[in-house]
Order: sequence, then C-alpha cells, then structure tokens
Amino acid sequence: MAVKDAEGYVTEDGRTIGGVVMEMRNITLRFGGVVAIKDISFDIREGEIRAIIGPNGAGKSSMLNVISGFYNPQEGEVWYRGSLRPPMKPYQVAQQGIARTFQNIALFEGMTVLDNVMTGRLTQMKAGMFAQAIWKGKAEREEVENRELAEQVIDFLEIQSIRKTPVARLPYGLKKRVELARALVSQPSLLLLDEPMAGMNVEEKEDMSRFILSVNDEFGTTIALIEHDMGVVMDLSDRVVVMDYGKKIGDGTPDEVRNNQDVIDAYLGVAHD
Amino acid sequence: MVSIPALLARNAASFGNAPAYREKEFGIWQSWTWAEAQEDIRALAKGLILKGAGPGQFVAIIGRNRPALYGAMVAVQMTGAVPVPLYQDAVAEEMAYVLDHCGASIVIAGDQEQVDKVLEIADRLPEFREMIYLDPRGLRKYDHTHLTAFADVKEAGRTQGDDAELDRRIAALGPDDTCVMLYTSGTTGKPKGVVLSNRNIIETAKNSAEFDHLRQTDSVLAYLPMAWVGDFIFSIGQAYWTGFCVCCPEAQHTMMTDLREIGPTYYFAPPRIFETQLTNVMIRMEDAGRLKQWMFRTFMDHARKVGPKILDGESVGAWDRLKYRLGELFVYGPLKNTLGFSKVRVGYTAGEAIGPEIFEFYRSLGINLKQLYGQTEASVFITQQPDNAVSADTVGVPSPGVEIRIDDSGEVFYRSPGVFVEYYKNAESTAGTKDAEGWVATGDAGFIEEATGQLRIIDRAKDVGKMANGSLFAPKYVENKLKFYPNILEAVVFGNGREECTAFINIDLTAVGNWAERNNIAYASYQELAGHPQVLQALREHVAEVNASVAEDEMLSGCQVHRFVVLHKELDADDGELTRTRKVRRRIIEEKYADLIAALYDGSESVSTVTEVTYEDGRKGSISATLKVVEADVVDVAPKAMAAE
Repeated sequence: MAVKDAEGYVTEDGRTIGGVVMEMRNITLRFGGVVAIKDISFDIREGEIRAIIGPNGAGKSSMLNVISGFYNPQEGEVWYRGSLRPPMKPYQVAQQGIARTFQNIALFEGMTVLDNVMTGRLTQMKAGMFAQAIWKGKAEREEVENRELAEQVIDFLEIQSIRKTPVARLPYGLKKRVELARALVSQPSLLLLDEPMAGMNVEEKEDMSRFILSVNDEFGTTIALIEHDMGVVMDLSDRVVVMDYGKKIGDGTPDEVRNNQDVIDAYLGVAHD
Repeated sequence: MVSIPALLARNAASFGNAPAYREKEFGIWQSWTWAEAQEDIRALAKGLILKGAGPGQFVAIIGRNRPALYGAMVAVQMTGAVPVPLYQDAVAEEMAYVLDHCGASIVIAGDQEQVDKVLEIADRLPEFREMIYLDPRGLRKYDHTHLTAFADVKEAGRTQGDDAELDRRIAALGPDDTCVMLYTSGTTGKPKGVVLSNRNIIETAKNSAEFDHLRQTDSVLAYLPMAWVGDFIFSIGQAYWTGFCVCCPEAQHTMMTDLREIGPTYYFAPPRIFETQLTNVMIRMEDAGRLKQWMFRTFMDHARKVGPKILDGESVGAWDRLKYRLGELFVYGPLKNTLGFSKVRVGYTAGEAIGPEIFEFYRSLGINLKQLYGQTEASVFITQQPDNAVSADTVGVPSPGVEIRIDDSGEVFYRSPGVFVEYYKNAESTAGTKDAEGWVATGDAGFIEEATGQLRIIDRAKDVGKMANGSLFAPKYVENKLKFYPNILEAVVFGNGREECTAFINIDLTAVGNWAERNNIAYASYQELAGHPQVLQALREHVAEVNASVAEDEMLSGCQVHRFVVLHKELDADDGELTRTRKVRRRIIEEKYADLIAALYDGSESVSTVTEVTYEDGRKGSISATLKVVEADVVDVAPKAMAAE
C-alpha cells in the first residue's frame, strides 16, 4: 500500500482513498463503573472500508454507537469533516449523512419491504404534515422522488421480488439486505454496518460482501463495519482497527493486523492481568 | 417480407404507436412503441457497424430477457452479422465451446456476471475482440480497452452512424440469409449450432400465428431463456410478424408477480412451470380456512366435470352451466387472476409430457391450454393441437406446412418450410439428420393415433430399447408417469438389456418439504429428507401405483420399476446431468452413478457413494451419502400365476 498522507492514498486495486472524514480522539466511554471504551483514537478516510474487529465484549458495538451519535463519550472528541462534533441526537447525526444498520435487525416487521425502505427517506422529507395529508404539491413531488430513490436501491440490492412482502415473512439474510437498503436510500456519505454477516450462511455472506463492495464502488460511500468473521473482514476492508477489552490493540491494513502479536494473542487467548 | 429487420420497418410504419416492448424497471412498467424500438435498434446497429460488426461475423448475446437484448438480436442482423444467443446460466466452460465454435468477434453481455465469465475464457477465443455490456453496475473499474457500455455504442451510432450504409445492409438481407444461430443443448455430445434463415423463421411465424389467430393486440411474457428456439419464435418471429407486445420481467425471481400484472393473452410454459404453480396453489389451499377449502373443492370438482366441455363448446346442461358461472365468480376467476391467466386466449405447453391431472386442472378453469411438439431444427413447430381437439397424451396434428412421416422403426420424420439450413461447421451431422429431400429425423419414436389423427410420442428413439426377455423398454414413458406425482421432481429409469427395470428418483423439495412440515417430520437437509423412511414409504406407494398403470399397457408392461433409490442431490445442469432445458442426460448419469446402478441390480440393501457437485460459481465440492435401495411392488403380468416376490 502506498504512503498514507493527508490527501489520501491509492489502494492496490486502484481505488482512490481520500482524506480523513471522521476522527475519534481519545474516546473513553463508561457505563457506571464499567469502562466500555478506553482512550481509543483512530480515523476513517473518505471512500474506504474500515473494519472494527475484536472478540465478544471488546466494545465494538459501543464504538459504532459513539460514531452514530447514540452514545456520547465521557471523554474524547469526535471530529467529523473538519469540525468538532458536539453531543447530538441520533436524528441530527442522520441528517449529517451518516446511516447505519443494526446487529439485531431493527425493521418494522409488519410493513412491506418498500415501506421500510421508504422510511429511510424520512429525515430528508421537508413537506409539512398538512401538505402530506392532502398529498399535493411539494408532498407529492417529494414522494415521487423518494420512491424513485427507493426503487433504485431495491434494484441495486436485487430485492425486487420481495418489494411488497411484509418484512416479518422474510428469512434473516434478506432482512439484513432490506436493512442495508433502508440505510442506503438516505444516500449516506458514511455508512455504519453492525455485524452485517452475523448469522448468515456462506452464500448469504458472499452476496452481502458483494453488495458492500458495490456500494463502496458505485456510490463512493465510506463504510465502517463491525464484523466477527475474520475471513470476510480481511477480504473486504482497507484498514482494520482491532479492539480488546475496550482498548485498541491494533490498527492498520489487514496484513499488518494479521501479523500483530497483540491481535494474535487476543484471538488465541492469553491470560489478562 | 424477407427479413426480420424488414418486418420491424413495416411494423414501425403501420402501427408505430402500438407497444412493441414492455419491461418492468424500478417498479414501473416502461414501454417502447414500435417506432421507438425501430429508432433504438437502428442506432444500436449503426453503433455495432462502427465497432466493426458486419457480414460473415458472429455476435454472441448473453443475458436475461430484456428489450435491449431482443433489440440487439435484430440490430446484429441489420449489420449483416449473425446473432448467437447463449444460455445465461451456462458456466464459463460451456460458453467457451460455443463462443469458440462460432468464432464470435463481439459479445453483448447483460451484466457483470456474464462479462466476468467471458473475460475468464477470453484468452481461448482467438476471434473475440470486443465486449459490450448492458448493466454497468460493478463494471466501472474494468479495463475498457475492449469493453464498451451498451448505451455508449447506441449513442455513438446515433451521432456518428451512417444511415445510408445501414439501409444498404438491411436491403441486402434476403430470405435465405441467416436470421439466427441457436445452439442446441444436446442430450449427448457437444452442442450443435443450428442455422435458421429468415425464410425459416418468418414462414413458421406466419403459419403458426395464423393457426392460432394471433393478433397485433396480443401480449406475451418473455421469461424463457433467450437462447432457446421457442423464445426466439415467440418473442421475435411471431412478435414481429403479428406485431404483438413482448413484456419482460423485472428480474428472474419476479416472474410470477409480473405474469399477474401483465396478464398475457398468449402464454407458453414447459410443464414444469404449470406443475409448480399447481403445487403452490394446492399448498396455499391447505392453509386456507374451512369455508374456502370447501368452496375450492366443490367448484373444482364441478370444473373438472364440465369445464373442459364448456371450453370445447360441447353441450352442457343449464344447471351445470349456471353452477360453472358461479364457480367462475367465486373460484376460477380469482384463481386465474392470481395465476396471471385471466386473459390467456392461447396457452401452450411443450418440451416434456404433461401430467393429465395438471393439464385438466388448467383446462377446467377455462384456460385454453394446448400441447405442441417441436424442436430447434424445425424452428419449433412440428405438430400442435387445434382449439377444441386437445388431449394430454397426444401432441397434435401437423402444423400448417409441415409433412409428417413415420418410418418402420417408429421414428418420426418431418419436412417443413421451417427446416433448418445446416449445423454450423458440422456437415456430417447435417447429413445425418436431414436427407436430400429435406426430411428431418426427430430422434423421437411415435405413432399417429387413429381416432384423433394426432401424433403421440413414446420416447427418444435411441432410448427405446429391449429388455433381456425381448419386451419393449421405453424409460421416458415410465419416468413421465412417475413425475406426475408432485412429490417426484425427476426420475431416471434403467433397464435396457436387463431382466428388470430400476429407477433413480429426485424428490420435489417444495412438495415433500411441505408434507414433512404438516406431518411434524423434522429434517435438516435435502439429503436427510430424501432418505427419510416415511418419504421412502410414500414414494414406494407412488411407484407401486405407476407399476399398476404400466402393467395395463401390453407393450410396455415389462417396464415396471422393481427397485429404486432416492438420490441425495438434485440432478442439475451445472453438473452436466441435465441439459440447460432440463432434459435428463442418460449416458452421463449412467456413468456418474455407476455404483448406484450396480447396487440396484446386485441385491444390496443400501449403498454408500460420494458425488462431485459443481456450485453456481463453478467451484467443485462433493457430497457423500448412504442410500437405501427400496424394493417396489410390481404387478405380475405373466400369463401364468407365479409366486409373488
């Protein structure tokens, strides 16, 4: 890999990675006496696929929740696009162009796939309640635009055949894909994926990997993901942060991380003090 | 009319505002009129000329049914080159043979998957120089020196193309110029390139369209592989001749929804699709409430009794007629609507025998479902059933313009305007199939039924053999009877030159899985379900019933199945066990599963085996299993009573 500087670098497969979009500086997150994240710093660059890995309970999901603004860390700073981000509500974070999926799928089970995907546009809708109720003018135009976007994403993720199917009737792998669709339809510049392949079989994992790569490739979306499956992580991501017991124990390209003694210890199990 | 491009010009001139194509994209049906289609196709043709396409060349087209690809087939012909559609689900290895054999210089690929497959084998294709792709997803970063987007080719043709040159090339096309070259999947050996001329296609389309009174306002759903001759005749031949609208599904899995939305008036499906739809209806009915179940049963019983008669215009009592009307209101109408058959005027099934119950089910609903018999070499039509003269076990009277002859060995021969020109670069096979007078051997054994004058097909001529005791062996006849059971997806019967017949059976996962669920039978995999004792028992009963029915036929009573195994994997085209059109490849199966066949004849009670499988992406793996050899009840047909087995 080429030298990483402020302007970015070019990966082996020819993708251009830009400058830093998001920077976590000395983040510490506590729940009462429990320290979930301890003094962690790392950055995410424009257009890259950044993975956060680590054994169970390492604090990965907490980290993702900090990025998505769901948790506000007691210490440390989150810098987003060159400015310090004040504590925010999740919807404000969403309005900044950050979208996410959840580890335990959080869809509206009784609604159809299409309706679920459309909810991803809610933060972008501007027409007032009255206009939406009578569905005239701006409300109508917005709905048409949003539906077009939703349909493009449905086409992209190849879920046309389940467009009108209630989510509750779908198998797990497809629900995950619908969740990704909902996140994508908001046209995020930063996409957070919480264990996108958890509980999937090999074929579903392959499909999901293909979609993650295409999203990154086609829309230039920056992606941060948490994943258990080491094989998948190493194949997909440009850079990897490794966490263990709330601490960062490794950061670098998949190859660097793979050869990092601390990481090997964490995964193979070494007694902790 | 001398060529398909000439028909396109005629259609654009005489009903330019009528829809030529529809496709569902982004959730909405988009349509193209004949005038728009002509404009688009001409632009593409001009672009292809700029890319160097011209007389003497072959252009391969690989992808799912999309208006742009149908247009491409016509555009290729306009340039003077020959279009060669390929099966999109073929693995790279199979494509390599065909692309190399025809020496395709340009490949038009539907999406990234197809592009990848061709690139993988590109170094083995000396003639190949350009690829054009339709769906740009995932292809942005590819090396574009020999790769161009479909839209760019069209745009180049529109802005820089030479109309006069294109008109000159279209005018040069005659009835004897090649319209399309289609590779037959071939149950044995390598695929053969069947060359069909404009005359073949247009004459056949004209005759068959007149036979069924097809109209310009008709519509079809194009969902069967573009590389298959039937799709070419329906979606290009007949569509261009009559000017009806060809509708393309949104994606492979949305076909059923799209069928319902479009409600075609002219419909074609292999028996397998009708079977699947019927199985789904039955499974869903089992989940329905009591009242609905009662209504369904009552009215379907009535429909079976009088439906086909009403369809054929026979006289039916007033009360029965009224009850059928009620049934139409409550059951048949809504059911046809759900299936997408509300508007079907002419429906065909072909390719395999269809189960009488399945056939009757659709006809009793008032759907004009008929059978036809044909093959690639005949531009499809050899025989077809006229309206009101339909039965499940015959395939119809000779199509208009077709002559039929049956030789002493029982093999069916035909001669027609649709008879193919030649097998490309294979004069030997051409001579072996088509004689000097133009008679073509079908390779099927059959006879003309005296009562109806319709052709009845028994089996592939080369598969018909003799048992050790000299009686007739016709495996397909027995296999079809087995496959009529919803639980059985595929069956292969062995016994040529042997004392007794035996069989391989594939369960139908949908039907058997549903049955297992209802009966609280737990299973973890296809393999486990296939080997479940209760499943084996159910299949044993099916086989016994088939044996009883086979025993009634004096000629074929020797073909009763004495023993069978239920296979641990589905027979699959990717493993070479079926053709792409899903016909059983007997020789290959016999070689591959020689150990199982041996076990069927040496008295073993079970057999352990390891089978190699090919995944969709071309990788290989293996499955091992221990299969139980099941003894089936047979009916004793010898004149003297003998001790039962």
